[in-house]
Amino acid sequence: MDKGRRGKGNTEGLRQELVTHFRGERNSLRREWVHQMTAKRLLEGMTPQETEAEAATIYDTCVECLETAHYDSAEAYAKKMAERGVLRGMTSEQILGGMLTLRDVYGRSLFGKYHTDMARLAAALDVYEPVANNILAVVAMAFIRERENVVRQQQEAIRELSTPVLQVREGLLILPIIGLIDSLRAKQLTEQLLHAIRTNRAKAVVIDITGVPAVDSKIANHLLQTVDAARLMGARVIVTGLSPDVAQALVYIGVDLTRLKTVGDLQGGIEEADKFLGYKVDMVGSTIAAAMKG
Amino acid sequence: MSIPILRQGSYLIASIQSSPSDSEWREMGQQLAERVGKLRSRGVVVDVTVLDLIDSFAARTLREIAQTVKLRGAEPVIVGIQPDVAFSMVQLGLTLGDIETELDLEEGMAMLDAILRDGRTNV
Repeated sequence: MDKGRRGKGNTEGLRQELVTHFRGERNSLRREWVHQMTAKRLLEGMTPQETEAEAATIYDTCVECLETAHYDSAEAYAKKMAERGVLRGMTSEQILGGMLTLRDVYGRSLFGKYHTDMARLAAALDVYEPVANNILAVVAMAFIRERENVVRQQQEAIRELSTPVLQVREGLLILPIIGLIDSLRAKQLTEQLLHAIRTNRAKAVVIDITGVPAVDSKIANHLLQTVDAARLMGARVIVTGLSPDVAQALVYIGVDLTRLKTVGDLQGGIEEADKFLGYKVDMVGSTIAAAMKG
Repeated sequence: MSIPILRQGSYLIASIQSSPSDSEWREMGQQLAERVGKLRSRGVVVDVTVLDLIDSFAARTLREIAQTVKLRGAEPVIVGIQPDVAFSMVQLGLTLGDIETELDLEEGMAMLDAILRDGRTNV
């Protein structure tokens, strides 16, 4: 963004002058920065020692960026900071607010230094502002990347946790689905179910979708595909727990439901499957039976 | 090499060995239709365990074979469709209609036993 009005040597000289200025004012500017952040309540959850150490490192890293015009160390530090920050539940307001405050502190000190010479001040800002903007961008990107990382890890964890195929009896599997189904998860569910049918030699499967808040036509069709695929492997599928919303949505979408066997709830589904598999469940002297009699 | 058809009691078992050619599929269909009558078989099991792909031709042929066998008076059942095969079939929109399918040979024979003992169970 340099306007190119001044010679390169001149700019370099100015750059060095600014670096020297910031190094010279290191202690007072840093204190000012911490003071302002405290006033804005950006340091909550940090001990004074931590604040001191972090502030010193960030301050020096920024000055180094100004001096060398290389942002590698800033990127590395921002990444580490983001990792720690996100882990400890620091908000992006805290981090970005802190960096913005630092930017203002640097800027104000430049105004203070050059307020008698407007041309010089403009030249100094030309040198300083691009660097400050770059640093902010580096920090923001590091934070966004870290957030994305965390989101991705959590998605994976949820995906792994969320598709249990369980055998209730010889030949009967249940597959409770909790949460929204996207195409990837639907594919995974089907694959896991089909392999479970083979390994457990299942003849019936109850898919319970009580925990599925919404179903669109794509997911509905995938469900039907799963039913058909299980059928090809010799297992009957019963779907249970369609909420009123899901049921209405399915009818509204107009999916062909003739192939879909549905039962109200998981208990009903298991009873239906028992009947088909030839199981008969008897209550033998349990406390429940006694309670029902009495 | 044609597909071997074995006789097991009152059932016929066609055990597909490797991906058959179109003419081998047709020959198998013909053979099954003939032998059902000649041997007075009551059930036919087509075992596709080794197939790692069932395309539209194979699916249609299996359907046709099953319908022919049914018209000749025997119960058809297709067994051994693998998970990945089943998944890719439904993704391609291929179905076997209302033909019975079972997990493997053992289950297939058990199902035929049940059908022939109790009459057609429609579940």
